[in-house]
Amino acid sequence: MYRYDEFDDTFVRERVAQFRDQVARRLSGAITEDEFKPLRLKNGLYLQLHAYMLRIAIPYGTFSSRQMRQLAHIADTYDRGYGHFTTRQNIQFNWPKLKDVPDILGLLADVEMHAIQTSGNCIRNVTADQFAGVAADEIEDPRPVAELIRQWSSAHPEFSYLPRKFKIAVTGAKHDRAAVLVHDIGLRVVKNAAGEAGYEIIVGGGLGRTPMIGKVVRDFLPKGDLLAYLEALMRVYNAEGRRDNKYKARVKILVHEIGIEDFRARVEAEFGALDRATINADPAEQARIAAYFAPPPYETLPAQEDELAAQRKARPAFAEWLDINAFPHKQPGYAAVTISLKPIGGIPGDITGEQMRAVADLAERYSFGEIRATHAQNLVLPYVRERDLLALWQALDGAGLATANAGLVTDIIACPGLDYCALATARSIPIAQAISQRFADPARQREIGELGIKISGCINACGHHHVGHIGILGLEKRGEESYQITLGGDATENAAIGEILGPGLSADEVPDAIERLVEAYLASRQPGESFIEAVRRLGPAPFKAAFLKETRDAAA
Amino acid sequence: MPLLDRNGRYLPDDYSREPGANRRLALLADASPGIAGVEIANTTDPESLVPLFDTVSLIAIAFPAYGDGRGFSLARRLRRLGYAGTLRAVGPLIADQFAYALACGFDEIELPEASAARQPAEHWAKAAAAYSATYQRGYPRGLNILDQRRVARAGGVHD
Repeated sequence: MYRYDEFDDTFVRERVAQFRDQVARRLSGAITEDEFKPLRLKNGLYLQLHAYMLRIAIPYGTFSSRQMRQLAHIADTYDRGYGHFTTRQNIQFNWPKLKDVPDILGLLADVEMHAIQTSGNCIRNVTADQFAGVAADEIEDPRPVAELIRQWSSAHPEFSYLPRKFKIAVTGAKHDRAAVLVHDIGLRVVKNAAGEAGYEIIVGGGLGRTPMIGKVVRDFLPKGDLLAYLEALMRVYNAEGRRDNKYKARVKILVHEIGIEDFRARVEAEFGALDRATINADPAEQARIAAYFAPPPYETLPAQEDELAAQRKARPAFAEWLDINAFPHKQPGYAAVTISLKPIGGIPGDITGEQMRAVADLAERYSFGEIRATHAQNLVLPYVRERDLLALWQALDGAGLATANAGLVTDIIACPGLDYCALATARSIPIAQAISQRFADPARQREIGELGIKISGCINACGHHHVGHIGILGLEKRGEESYQITLGGDATENAAIGEILGPGLSADEVPDAIERLVEAYLASRQPGESFIEAVRRLGPAPFKAAFLKETRDAAA
Repeated sequence: MPLLDRNGRYLPDDYSREPGANRRLALLADASPGIAGVEIANTTDPESLVPLFDTVSLIAIAFPAYGDGRGFSLARRLRRLGYAGTLRAVGPLIADQFAYALACGFDEIELPEASAARQPAEHWAKAAAAYSATYQRGYPRGLNILDQRRVARAGGVHD
């Protein structure tokens, strides 16, 4: 993984000093609260319902045992002993004190971490496929370019006061696990006819109150031109994105209003006018970064070990966990393993300091000290030898981290909602917990198969409900929480925005409604057909009927 | 209004918005022959200003609010089009934006009285020096990190 050189280290430490100075100027009155707010947001510091919240970047989801231990130390020392992994490869602490924040940032800098641009109207933490570097369907590891973008976007002189936040995601694989079609910019590594790797650039996707699927603005960009192209695109957005209404200020609205052809023409005109050689990173710099993402020193192992087969046979629970949580690895004899942060009835994405240390130890023992954070609020150990899987599973089980539900109905994505968030209109976590309890039976979960439920506690859609196979949006109606259910959303290469099924439900009614939708699926699926595939084949009608039947029953 | 130069010093303004002033700064809509400087909205088409490049010595770009970053991109475009005179940012900027403004091509900042009263010169100088080097190439901001790495590589120094 990437390691800071002296420039990166100096930069992050100077950012800490700058923030300390910004806090001091706020306290002295040199800058007003209105002036200070964007400054603290650009360093990940929110003021929530009950306390400050600090959002820390895990760039493109890759981090180390050492970094995880530091997060555990921060959780235990400055928070209430836990942290919360988000839907954009960040971790949040919910209870830091303002006076401690500069010290926390200093501790992060000690382990090459930061909270830079995890909020605010700027280019946010760059996200990537959590299986980068290990997925069998990968064209190229997306992390070197994500790291290049991380550096380029940090304290950018021109693009730090954008009309609105700006999110970039990168994937290097055929199957999109980074949701590139619902980001402000999505980058896909592709190959041209000559076999050269470059980027397909997608722009104008997004969720929030106006969900949109991104459009291709450039079908092939040579790798070396990336920074110049990004500068051109960001300049067009910075100059022309709307600033009269914050709800119309994302780049998706600009693209929608002027059309992708016009947007493309403006970007290409700007790009053509640039002296690209003075902007781009040279090949040596690209190679310098890429070298950090070289594969770890794998052993040469047989593809399928007899021992593992025997272990699976002897321990059905282990076999089930493997079936659900292990991901095929491009290196024979290895697996990438999802550590679910979705125990039945738990808070999605939450992890205690003790569990963080357990994961750090296990990563060190079994995964070359590397961990991944996923946009589904889980963790991944990317390089586990198949012969170590049993021992890993047993150790995870001991730490309460062996829930076998990756991608299943209880692997629910949820924003913090009204339990923490100042923007929320309804609670998310208790809804996730109730659904998780309802579908607690592991055998039934496996019978249902892959099903992504995503819950947002307000229209800003941090829980990505629009792209949930089943989406749940918590609103407030006449002083009561009301939950709108959507169907058919998808965040992958088949990206789709879910369709609203009917009138809003009370919190109590939600688990029954989900149950009905699941039953409708089970009753009509074809062999091997997943929930979302069935929805695509059948359309919403049978699900709508099942949903409305329940709401009628509830009303009766 | 208070004027801050590129070194973070408050200096007297050589330009005046008074009609008939010797070095008059006028809004683009009121531009007349003989004006020394022109003040523009941040939505102005930079190409439309090219004919003025040889006749004015100052272009002042309005920042209606400090969070409105359009002026940064407009300054970049004016520099790219060849404008070599003084570029001024006019509005309630804060010290933390000073380095950005300079990197985007501004030479000076004209502040509302209240902003200047709260932010003494030393705040601007300190904020401008917050980073010893930054990552972006192509912005006149000292030797950037990517080029420093390149120099180190060329010298055989491994980082």
